[in-house]
Formats: sequence, C-alpha cells, structure tokens
Amino acid sequence: MLGFMIQRLLQALVVMLVISALVFVGVYAVGNPIDVLISPDATQQIREAAIKAYGLDQPLWKQYIDFLGRLIQGDFGRSFLYNMPVLDLIGSRIPATLELTLVAVLGATLLGVPLGMYAGYRPDSIASRLIMTLSIFGFSVPTFWIGLVLIFTFAVQLGWLPAGNRGETATLFGVEWSFLTANGWKHMLLPALNLSLFKFAMMVRLARAGTREIMLTDTVRFARAAGESEFTILRRHVLRLISIPIVTVFGLEFGSTMAFAVVTETIFSWPGVGKLIIDSISSLDRPVMVAYLMLVAFFFIVINLLVDLSYAALDPRLRTRRAA
Amino acid sequence: MIPLLEVTDLATHFATRNGALKAVDGVSFSIAEGEIIGLVGESGSGKSVTGFSILGLIDPPGRIVGGSVKLKGRELVGLSARELRAIRGREIAMVFQDPSATLNPVLTIGTQMRLALEAHGSVSESEARARSAEVLERVGIPDAARRLDAHPHQFSGGMRQRVAIAIALLNRPKLIICDEPTTALDVSIQAQILTEMRDLAREFGTAMIWISHDLATVSSIASRLLVMYAGRIIEEGPVANVLRQPQHPYTAGLLASLPANAERGMDLVQIPGSTPSLFDLPPGCAFQPRCDRRSPACVVMPELTSGGLGRRRRCHHPLNGGSA
Repeated sequence: MLGFMIQRLLQALVVMLVISALVFVGVYAVGNPIDVLISPDATQQIREAAIKAYGLDQPLWKQYIDFLGRLIQGDFGRSFLYNMPVLDLIGSRIPATLELTLVAVLGATLLGVPLGMYAGYRPDSIASRLIMTLSIFGFSVPTFWIGLVLIFTFAVQLGWLPAGNRGETATLFGVEWSFLTANGWKHMLLPALNLSLFKFAMMVRLARAGTREIMLTDTVRFARAAGESEFTILRRHVLRLISIPIVTVFGLEFGSTMAFAVVTETIFSWPGVGKLIIDSISSLDRPVMVAYLMLVAFFFIVINLLVDLSYAALDPRLRTRRAA
Repeated sequence: MIPLLEVTDLATHFATRNGALKAVDGVSFSIAEGEIIGLVGESGSGKSVTGFSILGLIDPPGRIVGGSVKLKGRELVGLSARELRAIRGREIAMVFQDPSATLNPVLTIGTQMRLALEAHGSVSESEARARSAEVLERVGIPDAARRLDAHPHQFSGGMRQRVAIAIALLNRPKLIICDEPTTALDVSIQAQILTEMRDLAREFGTAMIWISHDLATVSSIASRLLVMYAGRIIEEGPVANVLRQPQHPYTAGLLASLPANAERGMDLVQIPGSTPSLFDLPPGCAFQPRCDRRSPACVVMPELTSGGLGRRRRCHHPLNGGSA
C-alpha cells in the first residue's frame, strides 16, 4: 500500500510538471495581455514599465523557470486584473462551485442509480420506459438550452425561484456557503438541476446496464434459491456488483463539473470558478489561467487516486492482487 | 406415506419466436425423505429446468405450464412469490455447477451466509456467525470461524463449492437440488465432495436430487436413477439395476459409450446421430431416429410403463426382459 502511494505521488509530480509546461506555452500562445491591460493611448514609457513589471520582457523559457521557482514556494503569482494573489482569488470562488457541483452530482447519483436499477430490474414496465425516455432527454438536450428554459419557466413565468446569484450565505470553517440557508438552497436549485440532468441520465444508463447484466448471473439465482428477497438481492448483491463503474463515473463527472461548470455558472451568474476562468480568458489574465488549469489537473489526479482507492474497498479481488 | 416431494406431469415451456420450446414436458417422479436420486441426461434434456421448476425459479420467457409439484402434500405450483421464497433455502435448497459464479465475489463468506440466514427470520450477528461457522466446519472447512471474513477468491475451487454447499445446508432443508455441483471441479476433489455430500445427506436426513450428465458420478451417490431425454423421463429405476440391465435403448447406448466400458484398442462406442432440437422433435418417441430397435409403432409416443422391480421405461421395444 505504501509503495503504491509513493508510486502514485511520483506519477502525480511528473504529470503536474508536464501540465505546467503545456499550460504555460498554451496560455502564452493565446495573446499578449499587455494589449488588453494597457490602454492603447498610454505612453511608451508606461507601456515598457508595465511589461517589465509583469516580467513579460523575459524570454518564454526564462518566464517559465521563474514561474516554477515561485511555484515551489507555493506562489502562483498575482492576477493582472484583480491585483491579488491568484491562489486567494481562486480559493474565494471554489466553495461556490464546490457546493453546486456536489449537490448536482450527488443528487444525480442518489436519484439516477436507484431508478436505473429499477429500469434494469423491470426493463419492460411502463415506469422503466418513462425513466429511459427521461434519460434520453437528459443526454441529448444541450445544457444552455435547458438552463434558459428553467429560468424562463420557474423564474420568469412562475416566479417560484430566483434566476441567478448565490443568495444568502452562512459561514462555516471561515467560508461562505449557500447550502446553509433556505434562501441559498432556493438559488442553488435551478443551476444544480441544470447541471445534474446529464449526469442523472448517465447514472440511469450505467445502473440499468449493470443491473440487467448482473440479474442474469448465477450469483442472483443462487441468492434466490437461498430464499433471499428481491429487495435484498438488489441492495446487497447487485448494488455492490455494479458500484465500480458508478464510482468511476462519479469521480470523473465530479472532476469535470468542478472544472467546467462554465455554461451553467454563466447562465445563472453563479460566482464560481467557471465564471472566473471565462473572465480571465477574455482579459488574458495569464496567472489566473495557468493556476486554474494546473489546479484542475491536480484535482483530477486526486480524484483518480480516490477512485482507485475506492476500487480496492469495493472489490476485494483487487486488494489481494495489489498486495501480491 | 406421503412422499417428501411428488412431481406430477410437470411441463415447463419457453415462449420463443419459433413457438413454445418444451424444455420439460410431462415429467413425473417422487422422492422419499432422505433419499438420493440421480437425474441424468445430456445438455438440453431438461434436467436442470426440472430442478429450477421445483423451486419456481424459472425466468421469463419460461413458464411452468402444467403439472404439479407437491412438497409433503403441499402444492408448490401457483404459490405466490412470497410463499415460494419462504420455501426456498428453508425447505428446498439448491447448489449450482460453478461456485466461482454463484458466490458473490465482493461479499465475505460470513456476509453471504448471514444473508441466507436472514432470509428466513432475523438472527443476531453473533448467532449468525456461530451457526455459519458450525456448518462450514461440517462441510470440511478448517478454521471456519476465521474464514468467515474471507472472500470467495481466497478459497480453492473445491473449498468454494463446500462454502456453497454450506450455504445450502444452513437452514437444514429437507431437500437439496444439486445441479452438477462437481462438474467444474478436479476429478480428485469430485470424489471427495461426492462422498462428503452423501455422508452429510445421511447425517442430516436430507433428500437430494443429483443432476448430472455424468452417469458414473451419479451412480456413485444416488440410489435411484432417472434418465431424461428431450424433456421427458425415459427410464427410471434403482441405480445398480438400471446400470446392469438398461431397458431403454438410449440408456443402453449411454452406458456402452462410457470409456470404462470400452474394450481396449477399440474405438469408443457412440450413439449414432445427435440429440434432436426441441423445436423439431420427431413424431412419437424422440429417440427413434437414432434407435436400432425402432419400428413403425415408435411414431406413437410410448407411455412410461412399469418394467418390474420399481422400474419404469418409455419404450415400445425395451431391452433386458421387459416386454412392451
């Protein structure tokens, strides 16, 4: 186990190094931030002073080395636009995205897996057909369109729910959270619904396919022959046997939603990292872009590690193989 | 005296695109308490479907279309799912062919045994462990109390089947249906398990239906033999008697084709032709196209008639002294 962790840690370091280089070069290629930051009618002196202050007069490789040097000390640099440490800036936006993502992905899983299992258990029932129709809908309709329809229906026409922003927040561990207030939940409901529809559809399909397959196995027949109830069989045998793909997709979806909830956050003007990255791209705020993309890579590494660890917890056969 | 189990005219058909597939078609037999009978036939002869029908474990498109199964005089065909579930595992248990497919790979042996116990009434954790360990010990698993926390993949094939047998024995059923439980095992282990099962059956007073395609295995454990062909019983009688003097030409052919009965240096004897498709059975006796004793009379289905000494056969031209 220790050897496995050390191996993964080294792997992660290499991945992060490669990502940092790629991101740095990529962001460099997007455009020159000076053109955006300095007004076109500024004097040549001001211009040059700014270029020097941001370190943009150095060659690319030198800029990269300097960046790495600061990175080792935990310094991602300062945002050009907000003139504050990038890490603080991103850190202040993460809770909003984190809670929205958690609510969306957890909700999609907790609802999608049981419904999918039912659809796999009774594939021919009317309820199952209804569930599958809903999942096709969730798969095929684009997020931005659903977002607009949700706003139009529930905010504009019915006036039940707010159309955007985070609403009231409460403080926990020194961070502002919406999920601690009723008003915050009201604000979170529509964007979370918007984000979760696709994930819900995916969880339904995954659980359904897994259940259909497992129901035909001798494991289920043997449990039935022992007199176990259908509910016990689904809950204790089938759910455990289909959990590996579900955990995998849960991890991936959680990661990608954290990183790229851009569309939903923009539509619902949710002040999360997705909106931050869009703003930083349009203003060519390089340090924010670089730090953000590296954080995303880091985030995925952590998620993959957690997913791998949960495999071992879920399937004892993998445990022994690794120990051997 | 009422027999433990009485099967009368059992018919199980599978609805298919090409019409009904008559997997079991008019099977009748009975078992006394503590008796071991062997149910022999090739793949597709209906022996396994007979076993599953007794437990009411036929999945759609299959269905028991007629006949009766009586356990100590109580009709099982037509019972509700709940009533059947109370019988499975408690009155009649089943052991399958491949223990690595029947046991759930992600649950510990102890958990699987507890689920089988809980299916028939609530038990405390410690009570379940004690009873499970006791039965595991009985089927020859050393250090049983500690092995409860092991997973199936940590056992050898033979040990795994012993675990499956222990699960079947947990609730002290009156009858165990064994569907080729030794086929997937090494030959040396096969003999061990056979002997142990026979001793266990004797000790617990459990009756057994031993389903197999292997005449040699069956004859070493069963006292009575039923031979199936194309969904029907074609011969029945005490094992030694049937083996010495088969009355149905098909049984005679099976016996002649056993390698043990072959003459050294000669080719093995084969029954000419192949098993007919259940969709396309010949008129009358299903075996007649392959039979060297056939006559025009064979296009009429022969009845299962008595051949003396507790023997029955379904043939117009029986061998060994039975005149039709």
